[in-house]
Amino acid sequence: MKAYQRPMAGWWHRNPFYLWYTLREASALFVTAYALVLLAGLARLRQGEAAFDAWREALASPASLGFHAVALLLVLYHAWTWFKVMPKTLPFLRIAGRRVPDRAIVVAGLASAVLFSTILFVMVKA
Amino acid sequence: MRTIAIECLRYDPETDAAPRRQAYEVPFTDDMSVLQGLQYIKDYLDGSLTFRWSCRMAICGSCGMMVNGVPALSCETFLRDFYPGPVRVEPLEHFPILRDLVIDQRDFLAKLQSVKPWLVPRQPAPGEKDGFLQTPRQMDEYYQYSQCINCLLCYAACPQYGLDSKFTGPAALALLHRYNADSRDAGKAERMEIVNAEDGVWGCTLVGYCSEVCPKGVDPARAVNQNKIESTKDYFFRFLKR
Repeated sequence: MKAYQRPMAGWWHRNPFYLWYTLREASALFVTAYALVLLAGLARLRQGEAAFDAWREALASPASLGFHAVALLLVLYHAWTWFKVMPKTLPFLRIAGRRVPDRAIVVAGLASAVLFSTILFVMVKA
Repeated sequence: MRTIAIECLRYDPETDAAPRRQAYEVPFTDDMSVLQGLQYIKDYLDGSLTFRWSCRMAICGSCGMMVNGVPALSCETFLRDFYPGPVRVEPLEHFPILRDLVIDQRDFLAKLQSVKPWLVPRQPAPGEKDGFLQTPRQMDEYYQYSQCINCLLCYAACPQYGLDSKFTGPAALALLHRYNADSRDAGKAERMEIVNAEDGVWGCTLVGYCSEVCPKGVDPARAVNQNKIESTKDYFFRFLKR
């Protein structure tokens, strides 16, 4: 039986849903890049105070600030997307026999992320 | 009466090398679905237009199509929502086109059969004489998944299936989970082979669009991703079972 198979080329921008998905996946590259910058900082710290200060100075450059601004936005989006799908990765949670609504799981995840980030921020600032 | 242009993807395997578009001007009332628009075309404008349909009330799962690029049941998608148009109607994405709006479902039907979508009865517990009893909570574990009508909208929404049709895919895995999650069933061990396979749950990257487009409120993305945990447990616990 003859049949026509449509090509998949360009599928990721055919539908806004796929575009957001592709952005989620691509944001992982920025998460990785940011982690590598932090790791480099750790390596520089091991090399001594002068090396660490040079690394910190490099972070203050406009290019670095630009990268961090973009990375922050993408990391936030990345985190949001994973909290959003978190209920799908869990078996049904039940408290006192009642199923916990998906919304509650998402909100609890986001709230705990905000809480612990704030605690960390205050600790570092103090 | 208002009219709207319906642009259909046409494909005749005997004469066409590739699909083409054909537009029809269709008069419509507010209560007319896209399916009724297609039926108008077939009855009054072009009898050669080919499409599947049956129940007209979103339960048979036959009339799934891409409507303006979104997988939808054409019987519960209304022309009024697309006015002034045009409405682009295409066969479900990711499946081979047999003719016009009709896709080849055989790949899915084979996958559906492979997941053993039936109860494999377990051994009755002592004293369990009158069939298997089930509490509302036990039923709640699988009920949502049992609402699947095999309409294939989720496959048309899944780019992973489009990129590699070996992937077992959302509906088949959701139905697999529907039986695995049933307290009366004992077929889990047999089905885990499909879950664990490269083309099983691990073919999913959690795009999540399958669950968005499901017309029956099934959450295939959840079934698939819950079973990533099951598959991981299966992998590690086999070392303990020896």
